[in-house]
Amino acid sequence: MLQAVKSANPERGDEPWVGRSIERVEDAALLSGRGRFIDDLGVAPGTLHATILRSPHAHADILSIDAEAARRLPGVAAVLTGSDVKAVTTSLVVGVKAPVECWPIALDRVRYVGEPVAVVVATDRARAEDAAELINVEYRPRNAVVDPLGAITPGAPVLHDGFPGNLASDRAFRYGDPEKAFADSPHRFSIDIRYPRNSCTPIETYGVVASHDAGEDAYEVLANFQGPFSIHTVIARALKVPGNRLRLRTPPDSGGSFGVKQGVFPYIVLIAAAARVTGKPVKWIEDRLEHLTASVSATNRATTLSAAVAADGKILALDWDQVEDCGAHLRAPEPATLYRMHGNLTGAYDIGHVKVRNRVVVTNKTPTGLNRGFGGPQVYFALERLVQRIAIGLGLDPLDVIKRNLIDAGAFPYRTATGALLDSGNYQEAVARAVEQGRLAELKAKRDAARAQGRLYGIGFTAVVEPSVSNMGYITTVLTAAERRRAGPKNGAQATATVGLDPVGSVTVHVASVPQGQGHRTVLSQVVADVFGLQPRDIRVNTEIDTAKDAWSIASGNYASRFAAAVAGTAKLAAERVAGRLARIAASQLNVEAGDIVFAKGFVTSKHNPENRIAFSRVAALSHWSPGSLPDDAGQTIRETVFWTPPELTPPDDEDRINSSLCHGFIFDFCGVEIDPVTLETRIDRYVTMHDCGTILHPGMVNGQIRGGFTQALGAALFEEYAYAEDGSFLTGTLADYLLPTTTEVPEPEIFHMETPSPFTPLGAKGVGEGNCMSTPVCLANAVADALGVADITLPLVPARLAEIVRGAEPPPPAGGTTAAPVRKGDRRLSGEGQATVKGAPEQVWAMLLDPATLQSVIPGCQSVDKITDTHFRADVTLGIGPVTGRYRADVELFDLDPPRAVTLRGGATGALGFGSAEGRITLAPDGNGGTKLSYSYDAAIGGKVASIGGRLLDGATRVIIGQFFTALARKAGGGGAAGGGFSLFALLAKLAGLFGGRR
Amino acid sequence: MKPPAFDYLRAESVGDVLDGLAQQGGDARVLAGGQSLMAMLNMRLAKPKLLIDIMRINELRRIEREGETVVIGAGVRQADLLAWPKLSEALPLVALALPWVGHMQTRSRGTICGSLAHADPSAEMPLALVALGGEVLLRSARRRRRVAAKDFFAGMMLTARADDELIEGISLPIVKGARVAFREVARRHGDFAIVACAAMRTQSGVRLAVGGVADVPTARDWPKLEGSALDDALNAFAYELGARDDVHATARYRRDLVRMIGRDLIGEVLQ
Amino acid sequence: MTRLKADSRHAVRFSLNGKPVEGEAEPRMLLSDFLRHQLGATGTHVGCEHGVCGACTVIVDGMLTRSCLTLAAQVDGCELRTVEGLAPSADRLGVLQQAFRRNHALQCGFCTAGILMSLDHYLAKNPAPTEAEIRDLLSGHICRCTGYTPIIKAALEAAAELTSAKKETSDA
Ligand SMILES: Cc1cc2nc3c(=O)[nH]c(=O)nc-3n(C[C@@H](O)[C@H](O)[C@H](O)COP(=O)(O)OP(=O)(O)OC[C@H]3O[C@@H](n4cnc5c(N)ncnc54)[C@H](O)[C@@H]3O)c2cc1C
Ligand code: FES
Ligand code: FES
Repeated sequence: MLQAVKSANPERGDEPWVGRSIERVEDAALLSGRGRFIDDLGVAPGTLHATILRSPHAHADILSIDAEAARRLPGVAAVLTGSDVKAVTTSLVVGVKAPVECWPIALDRVRYVGEPVAVVVATDRARAEDAAELINVEYRPRNAVVDPLGAITPGAPVLHDGFPGNLASDRAFRYGDPEKAFADSPHRFSIDIRYPRNSCTPIETYGVVASHDAGEDAYEVLANFQGPFSIHTVIARALKVPGNRLRLRTPPDSGGSFGVKQGVFPYIVLIAAAARVTGKPVKWIEDRLEHLTASVSATNRATTLSAAVAADGKILALDWDQVEDCGAHLRAPEPATLYRMHGNLTGAYDIGHVKVRNRVVVTNKTPTGLNRGFGGPQVYFALERLVQRIAIGLGLDPLDVIKRNLIDAGAFPYRTATGALLDSGNYQEAVARAVEQGRLAELKAKRDAARAQGRLYGIGFTAVVEPSVSNMGYITTVLTAAERRRAGPKNGAQATATVGLDPVGSVTVHVASVPQGQGHRTVLSQVVADVFGLQPRDIRVNTEIDTAKDAWSIASGNYASRFAAAVAGTAKLAAERVAGRLARIAASQLNVEAGDIVFAKGFVTSKHNPENRIAFSRVAALSHWSPGSLPDDAGQTIRETVFWTPPELTPPDDEDRINSSLCHGFIFDFCGVEIDPVTLETRIDRYVTMHDCGTILHPGMVNGQIRGGFTQALGAALFEEYAYAEDGSFLTGTLADYLLPTTTEVPEPEIFHMETPSPFTPLGAKGVGEGNCMSTPVCLANAVADALGVADITLPLVPARLAEIVRGAEPPPPAGGTTAAPVRKGDRRLSGEGQATVKGAPEQVWAMLLDPATLQSVIPGCQSVDKITDTHFRADVTLGIGPVTGRYRADVELFDLDPPRAVTLRGGATGALGFGSAEGRITLAPDGNGGTKLSYSYDAAIGGKVASIGGRLLDGATRVIIGQFFTALARKAGGGGAAGGGFSLFALLAKLAGLFGGRR
Repeated sequence: MKPPAFDYLRAESVGDVLDGLAQQGGDARVLAGGQSLMAMLNMRLAKPKLLIDIMRINELRRIEREGETVVIGAGVRQADLLAWPKLSEALPLVALALPWVGHMQTRSRGTICGSLAHADPSAEMPLALVALGGEVLLRSARRRRRVAAKDFFAGMMLTARADDELIEGISLPIVKGARVAFREVARRHGDFAIVACAAMRTQSGVRLAVGGVADVPTARDWPKLEGSALDDALNAFAYELGARDDVHATARYRRDLVRMIGRDLIGEVLQ
Repeated sequence: MTRLKADSRHAVRFSLNGKPVEGEAEPRMLLSDFLRHQLGATGTHVGCEHGVCGACTVIVDGMLTRSCLTLAAQVDGCELRTVEGLAPSADRLGVLQQAFRRNHALQCGFCTAGILMSLDHYLAKNPAPTEAEIRDLLSGHICRCTGYTPIIKAALEAAAELTSAKKETSDA
């Protein structure tokens, strides 16, 4: 069902432009192919192109890097390894105090799959990739750890010596008297949550163009970075230049970000270093495989949340134990994801006592960073799942438990136990309206009817407070009060806006907001048009940023839903300031008091005598043409820049209370889902979402934000996961494995609004873009839990996982039936066994197994087999399975020789497509007919590129290849030649590593 | 993500293709719709020295009835076959399965034969070929041969095609008045199947073919079975397929689907 | 038969939105890169280079085509249509484009070109599509911003408008 968008360009009345869904100024260009995204802009002649060679290992020492062949390739300008980058940069700052470094490229050790190992710069991208394939990196693998709780168990492999036990931070907080509340309350409920890794993955990937002026030692960078511009200081520091020698610009258009493009900054450093080393501009456009594997992701988190609860469902205290997984490096601004919600750990509820333990750990996964929802999904998944569990435990209706705990409408501004100042709201009213307008009763009747027919139908609820406009100081909550005192205060949310008037009186607005599709230019034209009594089309808005020329601050950028609340409001203040001066000028010209002046319909007019007026453009141009004729007190009206920061955003106090955000919207969602009994797919029957985001500036865009967030949240709930094997292999490296929802999976949510303006922002607006990323995943999980009657729900709701939960024991295989298929253990290891009968006595077969000539003849594509010792072989093979080919270096050793009865083979293979290692035991026994019965068992593991893009087909290939080997061997032994498949362990490994899954 | 370097041969006749394949053997690749091959090249999973574009060869574009079969040439795109007016009447199973292959934007370019050559175990066209018992028409400079569906698929992405052979086309039997059914479960619409099942009533009973579970699409014939005999047969079949776990589904889930969907479809065609 | 050597550039000529264009490409150059970086037709975007996202979709000889899965050499002599050719004139949008703007069917606009091409192609042949048909068609595209429904609404509105416009002209 489609819902009408209230879209109109209504008659020019006196009603303000703000609040109307006018058409966007951005659209005409974007709809006709005239957008200006980073890769659309031309580059200087001679610009070089970079590609990045990345680690196939989750954790390994780099023993050597041989890039000679790559450097010799025509067109290659340079190959930078870690030491080359280190020579011209310093480590990126790390978000906590610890003796740890964070480089944008691996120095002597890789810590996640996809970590940069070398940068190749060449005349074009294809050539750079040709060269990257020629680089030979020797690794010594280490054990990897991917689970946050696993990382802090004793004996776990340690990533950084400066983070003992992989713990980057461990802080405990206490607000009110939680121990007493727990002791006094009749009930205690607890929930353990594993929130998965995912990302909002914009469709445009990262892009950087960098150049270096050696004369001034200054960098110029164009990147589709989104802010916060606090990162500018991080980059400048890493490049070892003062801020004024790093000119950072953004392109006019950006293809979505959702937080993710904050994560481009380590690549800015890397590409800038490449520009410096080559002396030429260098351009890098990230490709999709790089993006999925190694750009950035949201944090995954292990949470134990307990609540002290009264008999009526009132929650008296919460006890949070959060273990935040930031991946392999703690990159700025992490551990911000964990602290962004610190003021909001009680959600929409009035809960006086809170205990918190926050641990930040590192694991062998891609480092984390900004992502839409930023900490909210992780917190609300625990909190709102717990609320449902409390209701079930106490035999109450989940909605009643929500209502019982909501903050009272009369309590605003309300200070939460952990320090947030909730600006405004009427949560009860919002819930009541949603229940009514969203027809909850009807949904419940539907559930009853469906259940009566034996169908799996459930309803879920969530209430969520959506924080926006981050306090730049919240992250310092990770420090102790004493550490904060030493470091000096950090707080606020400085927004900037500039309004300029040109000699013909037309208006230009500039803000440092860096939109990625949110229509900032349109909304600002509305806001400023209202102030000047003009039309939006009269206002021209520029939202690009150039740190060398524009007004900006560390808080600039597009994140934490700060645009409507902070930036648009600041633009209004700037316009008003100019308007105030224009009013004085006009007053003197019209001979009236300045207080009598209004701006309307393109004129500056006397309120009392509307005939007495002067064209806006005339007044506006005066500062240019005749500054001398301005009244003395008016000042110039050519350009005005306003800096605005809300006073409410104070630093954390000594009790660690932090007002982490300025505004707090409210969301109440409920939904009905039905689970297919055969496929266990979750179908969303109806999704209702009620928003109070304060004053709405542009309804069409607000709904657009809600729908977009809802869709990403639906993806997180049902499909998306950055999946890792236990050995750190990355398993979802293509868009055919990291599944984004498409038109056929996304229903239209029913959106309702209530407007309680924020008293803290100039326009009364609050942020709205992130709320559904916080509310929707858990709302769907609650509905599925209700449908299936289960307590534990893990995202994403993969049907096969639900099968494990809801289906009883599987029918056993028929007696004496099939041989069991190879079993894959938790990691990417694959084990199996089999048998074959071979002509020829065991002695003959034995000799073949140990003979390089035989091996060479049965391994397809084998270039050479070098016998290092009698039991150690090295081979160079070019291998393919079906259409997939690759070249590998393989190394095989034989152990535990028991001629002619048994031998163990152990080996590994590496190539551009990945690596493999395996161990196999082969036993030979006479079959009684002059032949040999050959039994084998094996244990193999593969990783690298091929695991992340071909996972689906890997396991099956093993069987195929092993089967093929024995067929070939049997043929050879029987004198039948070795046509067709071939074998050896390295053939196996190489072939394994050469597979590619078909889901493109 | 840019392809490695290769020569490009725009073939104008089948002879051009066969010559190219004969000369370059395993280092040559036929380029048909490109919907699998190009992605693999972009990811540098394949390193052919020569690509032979077969899409400008008119003689490969045929869809023709030949007696009791339909012959589909290597130049026939998936969209062309879907638009063939006689499709539902002559090849009702293909009519059901083909819309599940990718998306409109990939069917417009991808070919029927390319999908068979690629031999993804989850692909729909290999399943249809096996279910119908069709034949693959192979041709090299040396010889022409026909390979039965069940002998064509040798494993995951492996076929009986030799390096110098072109799949010239396929031949699918027209089963008169056949009752057929098809169902597929994928994570999202247009994805490769987790499990795809095709059922067909045969003279002696019923045939069920399953894709997405074993390394190759696999068909099984049964007499008319009912009740627990059918359950047992399906259960045994489900296990025999040797399902495995991957990121998208578990082996057990796949077996569940074979049992449940298999039963439904058999019920449908035997009705 | 034409054989183009791997390491040299070869002339590629085709018609782009009705006008002849020409450039040089190595055999391995993708059509998406050729359009964008040789011809400067940057309206066609690249989001995945493995056929899934749909951002690069163009029309080649009447066929919807992922330009990232097509070689420039393959389209020599063909007729191509891209987003740059949709508007009736530089300062006016076509019916479908207007419907997109009216319905806020785009945010960042990165996915939009491909979606417009799929719709333009489809609506020409199926003037009265159902919502389900449009959803099926567009399942071959990923949009990360809009949540899709405004796109579907725009498509249905444009279809209705195109049909009634056609009716008017044929009535006249
Ligand atoms: C987004 C997306 C989704 C997809 N979803 C599905 C899906 O759900 N189900 C599905 O089945 N497929 C799916 N596919 C793949 C499908 O579209 C391809 O059409 C098919 O796999 C290959 O056909 P092609 O003509 O494009 O072959 P190409 O890509 O040109 O070739 C594939 C392989 O076959 C070889 N080859 C091709 N033709 C011949 C021939 N005549 N003789 C010898 N060798 C030949 C090539 O050398 C190559 O190795 C999807 C693809 C994409 C991009
Ligand atoms: S770029 Fe071609 S489909 Fe994504
Ligand atoms: S509008 Fe941004 S991806 Fe579609």
